[in-house]
Amino acid sequence: MPELQPDITIHHRQGRFTLDTEFSVTHAWTVIFGPSGAGKTTLLRILAGLVDPTSGRIQLGGHTLLDRVQHISLPAGRRSIGFVTQQPALFPHLTARGNVAFGIRHLDPASREARVTEMLRLFGAESLADQSAPHLSGGERKRVALARALAPAPNLLLLDEPLAGLDDASAHDILSRLLSLQVRVLYVSHDLAEIWRLPAEVVLLDSGRITAIGPLQQVLAPHREHLLRQLK
Amino acid sequence: MDLQALWLSLRLAATTTLVLLAIGIPLAYWLASARTRLRPIVEAITTLPILLPPTVLGFYLLVLLGPHTAVGRLTARVLGHPLAFSFSGLVVGSVLYSLPFAVQPLAAGFRSVDTALLEQARLLGAGRLRTLISVLLPLSTHSVIAAAALCFTHTVGEFGVVLMIGGDIPGATRTLSIAIYDQVQEFSYAAANRTSLLLIGVAALALVLLYARRSSSGAANA
Repeated sequence: MPELQPDITIHHRQGRFTLDTEFSVTHAWTVIFGPSGAGKTTLLRILAGLVDPTSGRIQLGGHTLLDRVQHISLPAGRRSIGFVTQQPALFPHLTARGNVAFGIRHLDPASREARVTEMLRLFGAESLADQSAPHLSGGERKRVALARALAPAPNLLLLDEPLAGLDDASAHDILSRLLSLQVRVLYVSHDLAEIWRLPAEVVLLDSGRITAIGPLQQVLAPHREHLLRQLK
Repeated sequence: MDLQALWLSLRLAATTTLVLLAIGIPLAYWLASARTRLRPIVEAITTLPILLPPTVLGFYLLVLLGPHTAVGRLTARVLGHPLAFSFSGLVVGSVLYSLPFAVQPLAAGFRSVDTALLEQARLLGAGRLRTLISVLLPLSTHSVIAAAALCFTHTVGEFGVVLMIGGDIPGATRTLSIAIYDQVQEFSYAAANRTSLLLIGVAALALVLLYARRSSSGAANA
């Protein structure tokens, strides 16, 4: 598993909202947890390179992705980060195969095809390879979106509520497949039931600030009742 | 029927459409994605030909491409003949005159593509050119076809710019609309009627092909 330097410092102002975070990613899975409007998605978008923060520094695998002081800001495509959001934005004019192959054009055709098949199989979607994206169901789209994000073998996978809207069986199946992968994951959720059993560290985010960091069940246990009430 | 004028009009419209797509696609992409203060200025300049009387545009082009300006002398030296009163001159005039008809639908098409798709393309390592070719253009085929049809029909029907910059030289600058003007001047109303019907037919055919393409794509996507 690629080593992620424990160094994410971000300060970002967007209108009246301020995101102020400083944390390390030391576990394979880190859950960013908090209520709606806490800044979870903004944090992921900054890490992915889709939003430029006001100031900050991000290091990944010994590489500096962002350093405002040194005027370094790698473009999204060079950060080796996969990003899957709640709405899997599959390219509607391509098949599942075309979508997964989009980010690995640098591979020769045989290697590319093998990688596409491997990724689709990983998420139980190999039979969907020739289906065009608009003909896939919601769950199938998420499987293909995950396969697409992982095809270029990113150092970090950002997941923004990827299981939202799925039935329990599909969500459980996709989650167990994700947990078996050798990839570092930052997982955003506001669903306590969904993340409760994850072997993860948690970063508790509220109103743009980190209120706690640590082993998931240890950090969230004291807040569980309060959080459940707040999130209802 | 003036077949020579018909052929010239079709040749001019086809050439203008191809040139406009080549210029309009990158320009529209820039307009749809640029975040600079230059954008509204460039957008206004590209839209200006809609508001300008064609004779005004034609007049200034005639002056610009004439022997008294550096541009006119340079193009004459490069091409071996002045641009004014030539087919190439008509193409230049038509491209400028129909520029908004290419850029506006293309930019609208590009802007309507879901930004989440463009972000995924960026995340997956696609640069601006690949995003344009692999994502934006395939998702904006309606807009590309609409732009092409509008440019083609608009060029077939243009009169003021063509007359100002090209005059009325049979086989070189005498298009269908100029032929109609000549026929009316000669009181040949029957001939003018036939040529006008031909012009309407060409425009209608282009639009029918456009809408047929839209319908078939719509059915395929349903």
